[in-house]
Amino acid sequence: MSLYRVFDIAGTGLTAQALRLNTTASNIANAESVSSNLEGTYRGRHPVFAAEFDNALSEQGAGVKVLGVVESDAPLNKEYNPSHPLADENGFIYKPNVNVMEEMANMISASRSYDANVQVADAAKQMLSRTLILGQR
Amino acid sequence: MAISFNKAFGLHEQGVLLRERRTELLANNIANADTPGYKARDLDFRTALANAQARQTGALQQTDMKHFDISPSTRQEVLFRNAAQTDTGDGNSVDIHRERNAFSQNAMEYQTSLQFLNSKISGLKKALGGQS
Repeated sequence: MSLYRVFDIAGTGLTAQALRLNTTASNIANAESVSSNLEGTYRGRHPVFAAEFDNALSEQGAGVKVLGVVESDAPLNKEYNPSHPLADENGFIYKPNVNVMEEMANMISASRSYDANVQVADAAKQMLSRTLILGQR
Repeated sequence: MAISFNKAFGLHEQGVLLRERRTELLANNIANADTPGYKARDLDFRTALANAQARQTGALQQTDMKHFDISPSTRQEVLFRNAAQTDTGDGNSVDIHRERNAFSQNAMEYQTSLQFLNSKISGLKKALGGQS
């Protein structure tokens, strides 16, 4: 019964989008995390999605999987602020390369996709329960 | 009129099974709406139904190793969808609104097939029960 597989597929979508929301939350929370050197500064994190490759070639797919989380290599924001307690010997502080506007847009996109997957699972549940009472009325 | 249980449900039996497959494909498109390089897929319902009926009625038995397998393949039924717009930059061809509409339409069509099956079953029940 392939309707049960719809739950698995929607489930992988939910997991992936939840992880995306998670990284977005972490990026926004750390958007103002200042540091005194390049290495110790927080960098924006983003998940990488891929279609399940084993099944990508067959006719029925099996959802989406998260390949991993990569750190953004966009340049960090260097700011001259000698009065800051974390300033280095030259008076610079380093701010994360997180663009809060971008992250907000990302968050909305992730939450919309999450909703879509929830609706898919819900519809599949309704279809299944209608099928189970077939011929009983 | 003799009741044949093979023919009692007509093409609705195949219809339900195909709609089920289409549900899975569309769910997969929606789950991969943000996957780079993913191409949306859909079922060519006309071909799929014709193949399913051909398999049901005209399936030839292979009684010898040398016989060719002429049963219609399921391969050409699943096709890539024509993208509504040119490449958006990441090679993904899923239009989430289109997929969601197709998904709910497919769910409704599934319900319709179930409704037809239900009427067939209650008709059969009535015929079997006689006047009670």
